Amino acid sequence: MRIRKELFADERDDDLRLVGRPVRRQDIEGHVTGRSTFFADHPVSGLLHLRCVRSTEHHARIRSIDTTAAERVPGVRRILRWADLPKKAHNILTIFNFGIDDEPALADGKVRYLGEPIVAVLAENPRAAAEAVAKVRVDYDPLPAVFDVEEALKPGAPLVNEYIGRNWFRYWGDYDCQQIRFGDVEAALRSADLVVSGRYQMSPIEHAPLETNGCIVVPAEDGRFTVYTCTQGLFFSLDNTAAQLKIESNRLHFIGGTVGGGFGGKVDTVVEPLAVLAAMLTGRPVRYVFSRAEEMQVSSPRGAERIYIEDGVMRDGRIVARKIIHYHDAGAYSRLSTYGTIKSAAHHPGPYYIPNVWVDSWCVFTNRTPSSAMRGFGVTGGDFALESHMDVVARAIGMDPMEFRIVNAYRDGDMKAHRKLTQGAALIECVQVAAELAGWPLSEEARRASSRVGGGGERARIPPTPQSRTRAPAAAGRGEPLRAGVGEARRGMTPPPSWTGGQPATAPAAAEPGRREPPLRESERREPPSEPPRSGSGHGAIRFSSVFGSRRR
Amino acid sequence: MTRAVRLELNGVEVAAVAEGGENLLTLLRERLGDTSPKAGCLQGTCGACTVLVDGEPVLACLMLAEAADGKRVTTVRGLADGPRLHPLQEAFMDGFAAQCGFCTPGMLVAAKALLDREPRPTREQVIEAIAGNVCRCTGYTPIVEAVLEAARRMAGRRG
Amino acid sequence: MAKHRGRGIASVNYPIGMNLGGDPSQALVHATPTGKFVVTLSSIDLGQGMKSVTRQLAAETLGVPIEDVFVDTADSDTGPHCMGSFASRGTHRAGNAVIAAAKEAKEVLLEVAAEELEVDPKDLELDGRGNVQVKGAPSRAISVRDVAQRAHFKRGKSISGRGMFLVPPSDVDPETGEMNPVTTYAHACMVAEVEVDDETGEVTVLSLKAAYEIGRALNVKLVEQQLVGGAWMGISHALYETPEPYYPDRSHGPTDFNEYLMPGPGDMCPVEIELLERPALDGPYGAKGIGEMCATPPIPAIANAIFDAVGVRITEMPFTPEKILRALDAKAGR
Ligand code: FES
Ligand code: FES
Repeated sequence: MRIRKELFADERDDDLRLVGRPVRRQDIEGHVTGRSTFFADHPVSGLLHLRCVRSTEHHARIRSIDTTAAERVPGVRRILRWADLPKKAHNILTIFNFGIDDEPALADGKVRYLGEPIVAVLAENPRAAAEAVAKVRVDYDPLPAVFDVEEALKPGAPLVNEYIGRNWFRYWGDYDCQQIRFGDVEAALRSADLVVSGRYQMSPIEHAPLETNGCIVVPAEDGRFTVYTCTQGLFFSLDNTAAQLKIESNRLHFIGGTVGGGFGGKVDTVVEPLAVLAAMLTGRPVRYVFSRAEEMQVSSPRGAERIYIEDGVMRDGRIVARKIIHYHDAGAYSRLSTYGTIKSAAHHPGPYYIPNVWVDSWCVFTNRTPSSAMRGFGVTGGDFALESHMDVVARAIGMDPMEFRIVNAYRDGDMKAHRKLTQGAALIECVQVAAELAGWPLSEEARRASSRVGGGGERARIPPTPQSRTRAPAAAGRGEPLRAGVGEARRGMTPPPSWTGGQPATAPAAAEPGRREPPLRESERREPPSEPPRSGSGHGAIRFSSVFGSRRR
Repeated sequence: MTRAVRLELNGVEVAAVAEGGENLLTLLRERLGDTSPKAGCLQGTCGACTVLVDGEPVLACLMLAEAADGKRVTTVRGLADGPRLHPLQEAFMDGFAAQCGFCTPGMLVAAKALLDREPRPTREQVIEAIAGNVCRCTGYTPIVEAVLEAARRMAGRRG
Repeated sequence: MAKHRGRGIASVNYPIGMNLGGDPSQALVHATPTGKFVVTLSSIDLGQGMKSVTRQLAAETLGVPIEDVFVDTADSDTGPHCMGSFASRGTHRAGNAVIAAAKEAKEVLLEVAAEELEVDPKDLELDGRGNVQVKGAPSRAISVRDVAQRAHFKRGKSISGRGMFLVPPSDVDPETGEMNPVTTYAHACMVAEVEVDDETGEVTVLSLKAAYEIGRALNVKLVEQQLVGGAWMGISHALYETPEPYYPDRSHGPTDFNEYLMPGPGDMCPVEIELLERPALDGPYGAKGIGEMCATPPIPAIANAIFDAVGVRITEMPFTPEKILRALDAKAGR
């Protein structure tokens, strides 16, 4: 692997002793001798094994749970239920005052996805736990389920999550999606030489770390609990566990840091709260480790994303408008999807200077495994769509795809769609080096282009931007109100303002169980924003209202 | 039903009591304190639990503990010769062939079985030998390279 | 029926650290009585090399040999807060915290050394081999070990430092989306070459060639680990992986590694990479994070290469043989 030191040489101090050197990993000897201590390698005797009974339905009310036979299995010590939970619903971002407590650690009388934990069995050995799990009888009253993001946004779709109160997450108080508005996209699309549309879909993806999620909890000195864990965020998981159990955080002592792969799949803090609760209630050390099957089907995957792109492009290769509707399939609960949705909006329109950009990024709830962060969270799906589309557009105007990228690449001083100036750009240089590596001929002009030249000036301007708030269809995803007493006020740590942003500090209206929406004024009523832009190209085709942002009636 | 199991673990005679139906992985990790073989799936699909039983690579999660009675079991902890690491271990260290390290013990044991049988393996033979071992981090290339490098170094030492 | 070759490209950038900032990391550094250093963190090493890269940064900043530094991490009773290992933030955020802590510790080290050598601390430097010396006069020197001994047992001074790094949190304008998501971006461009079998629909990735701009390669082998492992994951995402093969339908979900498909050791193609370094203004020695972006560009690059090879545009991940064959059929009007 070569470093192209000649590029950006004047910006770099090359007089360093250790930086850059291929120093051996500090942990490598432990790895090759089998001495590295992963969470499951801590020797703990007298363990109870925790295993969950999981929903066999996608969406159902639970009529009854019969644990009598399970309790009679030799070695079974206790069965935890929703009623045992100190906090009845939680979300891992509410400790920062962002989002809504929308997920019970054990089913609250309803299941919202296949595999949702209903009760947790604690037994002396894994076999007894498995046997007892098989003997728990759950009687379901199945409900209609919704699996598609655009279906979920349609009027009459079954309501997935009553804590949220609608099938989408509402941003900053009163916005149905995370918006980016930069310039007048509609006008630019009308004046473009060519309009090219596309629809892209990413299926969910499993992190598949070789070590599955898990932890071991040991009751320790002075009322504290030692938690050996594979979390990717030590204090993030510690503070979330304390919040869910309503205990002081210093009663928890988390030990981890040697983790068998994560890729974003070990942030959700799913195992620790139940395991600590179990240890609190039994006084015994507890082990809760996901099976491989649970890891693949129950632990949160990288969520599915659907992306519609509509580009307006000129014959000379300049993209003058880019309009994006980006749906994130959060599954049944928020986890971190509310955050990833904002990140995806910020990432658009990719590393390009485009003077007119519109993004609606939606966090949508469906009856599937809650999704969450994964390597490239908020970016991977978007980049698949953007870069596929770049190829489509380049071909549509008959331009070399490398040259097309260099023409549109952002440069130092360019205004980005989220209204920050570009600095430290290096896309052009990457394209040039990749072209060289691949023996891909570039024109003289493309070879001479630089990220440091040609940006700024007119391109640093924030263009006049018409106001336009996208609205979800009025009746979408409404269902029966949640029974009283389930929703819970959020408790806060000191919030970093980034998490509150423009949102009021109090719980947003959606957190209130059963709250009805005020009817939208007639002028605001829109059809679902979910309809894909028609593909194909047409000069000046008007498909979107530039004032309100949704399809005209 | 419990059963006494006696075996030779990395050259040392040991004994432990296994529950009926208990697998060799549990016996090694929980009863004998050798946590080097990892539980990646407990289904026989990842290879993280690979150990040698009488020199043959075996998935410890699929073998009954009692079936190891009277056998020679080698885990990655048995690869080093006292403080001197095995050339495979050295090559993995030099070649940056581990990231999280969770697959590494199983990989090394699978590679050891190959080199015991075939001291000068081809790239294809290395690939075949570790084909049952999943690695989510490295992209395999550095692992394959490290095994080939270890074979070269061992041949050099012998020659 | 034939095999067709094609090439596709993708160029991307990647935001470093949590979107909207507000994600702090802290570090503590202290010297033992014999002049060795311990870096204490609560950051997580999940294979990316957190312990190793922070060790290198501490040794670089302190000016001591790498062997004289060890990183102890992820005990909540001893390690100060770190937001966590995600969002490509570890190197950037924790790295900066470690540098700050090491600088503070080094200041005390130089102060004590200056007292011992009776010079101004500003005139001192470390030689990287375990000695403090007078700039321009290396014969006037004292070992770090001796400095630590004097600090501990004679002068009662703690050679230690605290470091913290925080990218200030950003607000979001709900209407326009005006925000400051991150302070720096990494960049990449990749060319994928594939072969598509129009009879089986199978795609073989023949090679990946890429340029990555990562600010600064702090450890070139750790970088290579991420970029090669990430390239493999990108191929895997592009062609094989999903727990819901018929999304949005929930059926046929795999539950083991026999059903959840990923490329094996024999399926990995050559990966050729060149690095560019345009230092991040606020990066540790200019470094950015590469842990996530490395898995992204192969996906669109392969999609575009498939189109180049057989003229069908696969717009749904993963690009399975079934999807390719159906698309070929549709194209042929079958
Ligand atoms: S744990 Fe035995 S093969 Fe995975
Ligand atoms: S190094 Fe992580 S699974 Fe192989």
